[in-house]
Amino acid sequence: MRGSPGSMEVLRPRVAQEAVRVFGRAPDAIPLAGGTDFMVSWNAGLLNGKTVLDLSAIKEWGRIRTRRKGLWMGSLASHWQIQNHPVVKKHFPLLADACATIGGIQIQLRGTLGGNLANASPAGDTFPPLAVYEPVVHAVSPGGARTIPISELFTGVKRTSLQRSELIESIEVPFLPSRPRRYMFWKVGTRAASAISKTVAAGLLWINRDGTIRELRFALGSMAPTVRRLRQVEAFVTGKKPTAKVLAEACALLEKDVAPIDDVRSTADYRLEVSKNLLRSFLDPGYRG
Amino acid sequence: MIRLRVNGKSRSFRGDAFKRLIDVLREDFDLTGTKEGCGEGECGACTVLVDGEPVVSCLIPICQIADRRVETVESLGAPESLNVLQESFLVEGGAQCGICTPGFLMTAWAYVRGGGDDDPAAIRRVLAGNLCRCTGYQHIVHSVIETVRERNRRRSARSRKTRSKK
Repeated sequence: MRGSPGSMEVLRPRVAQEAVRVFGRAPDAIPLAGGTDFMVSWNAGLLNGKTVLDLSAIKEWGRIRTRRKGLWMGSLASHWQIQNHPVVKKHFPLLADACATIGGIQIQLRGTLGGNLANASPAGDTFPPLAVYEPVVHAVSPGGARTIPISELFTGVKRTSLQRSELIESIEVPFLPSRPRRYMFWKVGTRAASAISKTVAAGLLWINRDGTIRELRFALGSMAPTVRRLRQVEAFVTGKKPTAKVLAEACALLEKDVAPIDDVRSTADYRLEVSKNLLRSFLDPGYRG
Repeated sequence: MIRLRVNGKSRSFRGDAFKRLIDVLREDFDLTGTKEGCGEGECGACTVLVDGEPVVSCLIPICQIADRRVETVESLGAPESLNVLQESFLVEGGAQCGICTPGFLMTAWAYVRGGGDDDPAAIRRVLAGNLCRCTGYQHIVHSVIETVRERNRRRSARSRKTRSKK
């Protein structure tokens, strides 16, 4: 079956306020942003007869603004806009890198950060960078506005904590208190572009003068139903030097924070092995696996 | 009714708001140069330019194109008067079976027109969302490199002319 245009009802608000009001009256409508995920299912005939809340005309949600404490990105900012934004490139390079690995240029120009979040794919490439930068998601509904920490947004495969009639208005990322010594974004896929991740990692590392680890933030995607921060690894390595023994223990702990599966793209074993190598080489750049 | 500009002409569309851009172009505007490959946004065959930027027309409902500017492969040149990029594809062997070609042309055209340089790595990066099963990409990349060089030659010839007039 194919998508049937005549079966669709389209709601097309022009401003944010109107979108919130319309969604309140039609809570079963499916919000549509860049369409890079929605339209694939629609083309396959899986979404016929639905009502669509097309948000793409809302200009105010397509902007990116620098604020005193961080960066405000409207939910409709595209992956292309984000990766080319000077403040993102300077302060949140992992997010810029992630946006540059999503699909090809055609997808990056259309796909939006808000759409990416709401879609909540286990393989969402922007999620590990966001998990380490710790932004909040601003959601709006007829009942008012709500702020959701990124760590509380994803509840499962393609599931979020967004409530009925709630739309993502923006994502606000705080500037880091100090520049990390090292940072890394790494996506492992079958080819360089237009591939969905087998595993995807983002890390920030601060090191004390004596060589001990002051703080590690490390997140993995495609390794569990939702993006995972490696809380046990992070706590374990804090205050320690990255010796061979510490690295071995950290890699063993990694397994406790994730739950990879075998699927069409990879195997659980491969995902674990590669993820451990990524963690190890991040903590010890001299490491060659 | 949805109004848009297609290849420089203003057009209007009165059908279903959720009809895909590619279908409106092919069925309603008779612009069949744009081809559908995968219908999943993976292959880039259906790439057209919207407000000058390459996008896949199989993933866009026409309601999202209201008041926007669309350019299709028909805007580049005609068989008897190919544009510089099409000419390069012809000379360098950048096209074989032809299904992916309109998409490659449009993505590459946005790059060339936007001032992209002849660095093969940059060209490969921008073309990463277009798939080709015939050429092995080498000839396509060469076609774009040659187009960029030809564009630069023409530009410097033009600026020489302007200088000599003064």
